[in-house]
Amino acid sequence: MGWFTTSSTKGDKNAAKGLFVVCPGCKSHIFEEERKNNLKVCPKCNHHDRLTYKERLDLIIDPGTFREFNSHISTTDPLEFVDGKGSYADKAAQAKAKTGMNEAIVTGSGNINGIRVVIGVMDFRFLGGSLASGTGEKILLAAEHALRMKRAFILFSASGGARMHEGIISLMQMAKTCAGISKLNKANIPYISVMTDPTFGGVSASYATVGDINLAEPGAMIGFAGRRVIEQTIKQKLPKDFQTSEYLLDHGFVDAIVNRSEMKDYLHNVLMYCSRKKA
Amino acid sequence: MSLDFEKEIADVEKRIAELSALDKSRSPKRKAELTSLKRKVKSMTKKVYSELSPWDTVQIARHADRPLLRDFIDGMCSEFLELHGDRHQGDDKAMIGGFATLGGQRCMLIGMVKGRSVEEKVESNFGMPNPEGYRKALRLMKLAERYGLPIVCMVDTPAAYPGREAEERGQAEAIARNLTEMAALEVPIIVVVTGEGGSGGALGIAVGDAILMLRYAVYSVIPPEGCAAILWRDAAKAADAADALKITADSLLEFGVIDEIVDEPAGGAHRDPETTIAATQEAIVRNIKKLKRRGAKRLVDQRYNKFVKIGRFKHARS
Ligand SMILES: [Zn+2]
Repeated sequence: MGWFTTSSTKGDKNAAKGLFVVCPGCKSHIFEEERKNNLKVCPKCNHHDRLTYKERLDLIIDPGTFREFNSHISTTDPLEFVDGKGSYADKAAQAKAKTGMNEAIVTGSGNINGIRVVIGVMDFRFLGGSLASGTGEKILLAAEHALRMKRAFILFSASGGARMHEGIISLMQMAKTCAGISKLNKANIPYISVMTDPTFGGVSASYATVGDINLAEPGAMIGFAGRRVIEQTIKQKLPKDFQTSEYLLDHGFVDAIVNRSEMKDYLHNVLMYCSRKKA
Repeated sequence: MSLDFEKEIADVEKRIAELSALDKSRSPKRKAELTSLKRKVKSMTKKVYSELSPWDTVQIARHADRPLLRDFIDGMCSEFLELHGDRHQGDDKAMIGGFATLGGQRCMLIGMVKGRSVEEKVESNFGMPNPEGYRKALRLMKLAERYGLPIVCMVDTPAAYPGREAEERGQAEAIARNLTEMAALEVPIIVVVTGEGGSGGALGIAVGDAILMLRYAVYSVIPPEGCAAILWRDAAKAADAADALKITADSLLEFGVIDEIVDEPAGGAHRDPETTIAATQEAIVRNIKKLKRRGAKRLVDQRYNKFVKIGRFKHARS
């Protein structure tokens, strides 16, 4: 869900008109124009709001250099899954209509300050960025392309986890994507994982946490199990900053937290260290 | 203990037990009645077990009398030298492993411990490993690789433990690391899902060359109760979720997620553990022998191909 929610700004005429919004981080009112110019980052508290794949690509990839891979890969309904609310087929169709995407990730190649890389960007708007057959296939094909072309692979995660509607087939995408990463490791091809809000479950427990370098955006929620599940299990309240990027940095699972405005240059710098060819 | 759908069978079984205890003289009439009751139980069991719903199967997979890892080890292995610890954090009692010999084959055997008594259950955290469990498993797998030993992973867990320390010590990373490393191990890996295959917690030791599953085991992306709570907003709809998720051995075989079903006697492993354990041992040994003939490179290539071809998607024209 985006942070531009009319419910949180109810009764405020200016907010209703979309002039300004309430930041979910610090609750202060910010001009929508200012927020947009600031890469959807709150100028007061540095809250990083979620980006669409397009916004992310515009931010990271040099203009005009992006070439998308496998955009035609799309969902099927292998389990003919129907739950209390309706069918997976309908939900997937709605997600496609809403986002213009065929799956929860866009992959391709493009330049970062002139260095050609393979990139994947997950989009939380598409069924919560969930990992399923199509997502797994696109990640694997991107990793294989990176291997063939000897180019670094950079993957931005944003996901609630494995997509339940494809059942065990979704679970297996964890093994599938990690098999692809394992080939990159063996060939010394850099794999950089960037965790954005949120990165959970089957995605954190597969490709997102095994980067040669693991980066995270400030304040992103990252974890294996959900906070509520853990609280119900251990019957204790968890610290406020539990499962934030900063918490993961403290516990040794993230190499660095990088502000959105600095991400592109940071990635470029890292690539300069991880390239064997170009000294 | 009997399950709901087994109630009628249990009633007749009880009757047989009563009659057998009563009847010391073995009159021909009683004898005939007993024989007919036994025949009845057999046919009832056969019928009930041929019509199990996925949710019934979940109950069998979690049955209190279902053989657990220690039973399999006792029944299958002529030797088991347990090796402890992950060398970083501690020794997870929910995940054990060690050198094992089955059917004359030396291997590294790893699996989850659920425990039968209350004390055992608590000690083994109800079969829910912490990150150090996955790291111990990986340490032992790497050890096996150095000495060319095949690896046998026995899966029976509700889930990786969802706890505070588990998160702080990197539950996600521990599982992810295993998935990545197991893809490239240069020795045969045989996986057997014996009871509950609980999501990423199960998969963390379940990447392999031959994935076997017992007839009444289940393997799922999320427990049916959890799925029901999220998608039905009602945990009581677990049976519906179990149906929808397609978590039984037959479905998994159809999806190409598993390679072989190890049969259980009608009535399930909890009625006849010995037969089940013997069938499991036979299947493991047969697969070890087969996979040992595959060279390291072919082994890794075929494992890769096996996992990367899992998935059902289409090519949309847009
Ligand atoms: Zn703010």
